[in-house]
Amino acid sequence: MDVLAVDITVPLRAYTLELALRLEPGTVALVGPSGAGKSTVLRALAGLMRPSGGSIALGAETWFSSATRIDLPPEERSVGLVFQEYALFPHMSVRRNIAYGGTSRVDELLARLQIEALADARPGALSGGERQRVALARALAREPRVLLLDEPLAALDAHTKAAVRSELRELLRELRLPTLLVTHDFEDAAVLAERVGVIVDGRLVQLDTPQALVAAPATPFVASLTGANLLEGNARRSGDLAEVVLDDGATIYSTDAGAGRVGVVVYPWEITVSQRAPSDSALNHLPGVVTSLVAVDNRVRVQIGSITAETSNESAQRLGLKEGDRVVASFKATATRLLPLR
Amino acid sequence: MTRKALFPLGLLTAALVSGAFLLLPLVALFTRVPLSTLADQLGNGVVTDALVVSIKTTLIAQAVILLFGTPTAYLLATRRFRGRALAITLVELPLVLPPAVAGIGLLAAFGRVGMLGSTLQFFGLEIPFTQTAVVLAVAFVASPLYVRQAIAAFEAVDQSLVDASRTLGASPARTFGRIALPLALGGLAAGAALAFARGLGEFGATIMFAGSFQGVTQTLPLAIYAEFENTFEVALAIGALLVVISAILLVAMKIRIGWTSSPSISPFLSARTRSS
Repeated sequence: MDVLAVDITVPLRAYTLELALRLEPGTVALVGPSGAGKSTVLRALAGLMRPSGGSIALGAETWFSSATRIDLPPEERSVGLVFQEYALFPHMSVRRNIAYGGTSRVDELLARLQIEALADARPGALSGGERQRVALARALAREPRVLLLDEPLAALDAHTKAAVRSELRELLRELRLPTLLVTHDFEDAAVLAERVGVIVDGRLVQLDTPQALVAAPATPFVASLTGANLLEGNARRSGDLAEVVLDDGATIYSTDAGAGRVGVVVYPWEITVSQRAPSDSALNHLPGVVTSLVAVDNRVRVQIGSITAETSNESAQRLGLKEGDRVVASFKATATRLLPLR
Repeated sequence: MTRKALFPLGLLTAALVSGAFLLLPLVALFTRVPLSTLADQLGNGVVTDALVVSIKTTLIAQAVILLFGTPTAYLLATRRFRGRALAITLVELPLVLPPAVAGIGLLAAFGRVGMLGSTLQFFGLEIPFTQTAVVLAVAFVASPLYVRQAIAAFEAVDQSLVDASRTLGASPARTFGRIALPLALGGLAAGAALAFARGLGEFGATIMFAGSFQGVTQTLPLAIYAEFENTFEVALAIGALLVVISAILLVAMKIRIGWTSSPSISPFLSARTRSS
């Protein structure tokens, strides 16, 4: 299969989007705050908007080149684009939506996405998850060589999202098409994609496996995107460790090297919650008041001041945690990442 | 009486006065011409001639309006260019122009001594005071109603549907035919009905540019004016006939709009905020 080579510049309102990317078979997710230019990338690849400069090529086939003044219209680019709200044609049945691209494989696609029963329904009568399958089937009907997905899960409610997400993951793994999806949700990106690119203010800040982004975030923004706690303070060397005086006055330690103004990154699952500071190997203890308890699946997210910790349901029950409790959040110096702030 | 009751009472009074004022001429018309005698009056040669001229010219004008107005509206609705607002204003101008001005303008353009007069004469064409002139007058006066409505209808088509069509391999022309046109159809039909009704009632521009010759350029409204001085009863009958035709058009349009805006068509095209 071909590789989609992208190197484009697009002036947006607040900044210029600059992106260089190679899409090989497999899924890359672009994650970033809304307004970061994620959807613009998809529109540029599909030919729905023209970049101010650069090039887009699939294998030996040039789709766009500002140097040679090539700009293929959308209908001549072999892309399947799944729109955020799915953009199904409301005046056509599911079958006619899928057949729109001129395919003879409609029945095969209906079967593959398990929507045979919906073939004669109008899009207006479908649920969010069903619409997404129809949109995928329609995008795949043209046998595109590149697949683009714009916030594929954003239009779904939390209840259906988890199921649709794992199905979509399966499908993408099977297809092995060069796939680019954009989302504002790191968790969705981590589930769906093999590689995740973080895009901020039109620039690709870091592109790596989800695991690598969590383990070694390049910037404080990447860290907070992956769900980490982000504290700020001033660091100095203290023996083998770095000693950080946080802005609220507390002192913590990290095995990372760091000096001057730093961001302190700790993941919620690295933090233990207890009634009083435990005498274990954890070096960092931050006392605080529980301000909220939120159940997420089989875990409880505990907010202690500005710190978020996660415990199992069992632990939360054993501790009898409730709002207003005075507790101590503890974490190891080895689980404390330091990132220089500028 | 309490002060509180004054406001709703005021509203009710105003509504009753408006309703009575708008209905009274129609009631008077049908009191003078009962529907039973309407059929007899319509056998009158003046009436049948005018009916034929009216239907023929209005239908031809309508075809011209749809043929040129639809692409014009699609262009104005979907392209952003310098002077677009000006272009839309110019298209709408005949709407506010007094019909007499439209008539004198058409004469100045297509008349024997008009701007294009000598060119037309070179090709052996003479437009003023012919049925072609009626068609031109009707098209000039009625087209803005259609084009305005059509622009709004095309603008209301979700851009992402148009984009989706393109990424699915459809050319701009196919996208227009299969997506934009069917989705805008309700609005287009409403605009067409408005233009048709306006065209059917056209008077001022027609009488100046086309004259009022029975069987050639005398349309129903012109016949009312002509018969008003000859046989008042015939004028009344034509008036009643036009009321019936207009009412049918209005009801048909309302049914059509009600049908297309039903939730079966586009419940999920809500303007949810899209990501960047």
